[in-house]
Amino acid sequence: MTTAKRLETIEDVLTANGVSRRTFLKFCISTASFMALAPSMSTVIAKELLKARRPSVIYLSFQECTGCLESLTRSYTPSVENMIFNMVSLDYDDTLMAAAGKQSEEALDTVIKENYGHYMMVVDGAVPLGNGGVYNTQGGKSAVQILTDSAKGAAAIVCVGTCSSFGGIPLAHPNPTGAVPVSDIITDKPIINVSGCPPIPAVITSTLVHYVTLGVPALDAHHRPLAFFGNTIHDRCYRRPFFDEGKFAKTFDDEGARNGWCLYELGCKGPTTYNACATTKWNEGTSFPIESGHPCLGCSEPNFWDRNGSFYAPLAAGLISSVAPIGEAAGAGAAAGVGTAALSRLRNRAKVRQRATEKQTSKEE
Amino acid sequence: MELLEFARGPALKVALVVFCFGVLWRLVGTVLLRFHPHLSVPRNGFFKSFMLGLAVAGSRSWPYRRFIVRTGYGEALGYSYHIGLFLVILFFAPHVLFIKSLFGVSWATLPSSIVTIIAVVTFTLLLAVLFRRLAYSVLRKLSNFDDYFSWFVTTLVIVTGLMATAHFGARYETLMAWHILSFDLLLIWFPFGKLMHAFYIFPSRMINGYFLARKGAPS
Repeated sequence: MTTAKRLETIEDVLTANGVSRRTFLKFCISTASFMALAPSMSTVIAKELLKARRPSVIYLSFQECTGCLESLTRSYTPSVENMIFNMVSLDYDDTLMAAAGKQSEEALDTVIKENYGHYMMVVDGAVPLGNGGVYNTQGGKSAVQILTDSAKGAAAIVCVGTCSSFGGIPLAHPNPTGAVPVSDIITDKPIINVSGCPPIPAVITSTLVHYVTLGVPALDAHHRPLAFFGNTIHDRCYRRPFFDEGKFAKTFDDEGARNGWCLYELGCKGPTTYNACATTKWNEGTSFPIESGHPCLGCSEPNFWDRNGSFYAPLAAGLISSVAPIGEAAGAGAAAGVGTAALSRLRNRAKVRQRATEKQTSKEE
Repeated sequence: MELLEFARGPALKVALVVFCFGVLWRLVGTVLLRFHPHLSVPRNGFFKSFMLGLAVAGSRSWPYRRFIVRTGYGEALGYSYHIGLFLVILFFAPHVLFIKSLFGVSWATLPSSIVTIIAVVTFTLLLAVLFRRLAYSVLRKLSNFDDYFSWFVTTLVIVTGLMATAHFGARYETLMAWHILSFDLLLIWFPFGKLMHAFYIFPSRMINGYFLARKGAPS
């Protein structure tokens, strides 16, 4: 990965690879479109990309399943996204790189040293803190140590996937390894979360392009690029008209499911999930989970594995595991009612007696 | 724990516990209260008095023709927004799903767009009801905190529900959490304020009718 001769600017790389100006401009326009930028921004991206130095990228993998990297490598090939790999210098990725063991650790040290203060870190996976971080070690170093050491000289950190962004599945109850997201450990660097399990390839690459050309993009409250995480799946879902019409699939094989009706009743988390699945889609724009007949799981949201109860419980359902306390409260209320009525009757009887006594006394007087 | 999870979980549970306790407490307590003894000979038997009581519950819920000009507007308002509330509560798909999750029963629902229109009309009617209460001096003098707070919690649920439907003002999950929290507030207030009329109104009219029939004065 650490090439013998690194080309200086992206223009150098494009020229060397024979990329035509037309292809390059098409790429810039589609990137601007992906990021929901004004059309005029495509020329800015073009200018900035041409003069930008290829930033060095360190890709660190911690508690993860490699699904995010799998997703990234399935970027539309050979297409504009794939060019991104020619625009950044991916200098360290222990999954993809040929080197292993001591050589790969030396490569990491070299990249950090040579690009100190300028490299971009891409982190994939949560970081376990339990028992001193022994649940994830590489080359005798814990994940938290590697992350902390590498982050010192980073210009920015892009967290790819829900695990590094929010803790993801490793953080799910009971979180035996004490997993935390990157933002819990690194607090003094710009962090961009590209969440999803896995994230959409185009979202990852477009975010990287934005950072290279225009800096950190506009982010939401969870530090996700607004261009991709500004709307809910529900807002952009092609099945939304069925929701509005009140047409719902009740089971996975009923008439509603066959007709492609809304999956809200089957537990779809689209209304509370912010991602670009419904617009950008997957597999070269082929489809997304709802289009394949399965409700959205809400994988790009914090705490997604544990939140909202079951994946198949509707969002409108109460999160009440047992109605027994409610029944007990009703019983207690009825008992309290009986008690109150009895008390009232006793007081009433005492009053009647008192009045009778007073009447009797006044008569005798 | 996120706000939405709190609203759908612990807050809803506490609200339902308070609601069930309060409603049963007041209903049982009221039903078991001592009635005044009727010393005269009953003019009608139990069954006839019971049926006449039911008739009174119906007839007293209908506008009185002689006063229709003076009371018609208020009664039309009252009935309209109550019908609107019932339709929105009972025929909006997410509400039916909520009921199903608690009690396991469900029924057909109305299209969301129709329910939204009904909710907007209901909200407008609720504003008219408040205006009427404030505009008429007699009604204003009869009103207390209970009237205004009961109106507030009812309207709040409608407003937050509309905001959630329209995705207006905040993120959807936040709006939905507000909506459920406002419903939780309504549940907690319900047994202790005038909202309890939902349980009292028809039985009390029926019982009055029953006693009147026993005395030979059915109306």
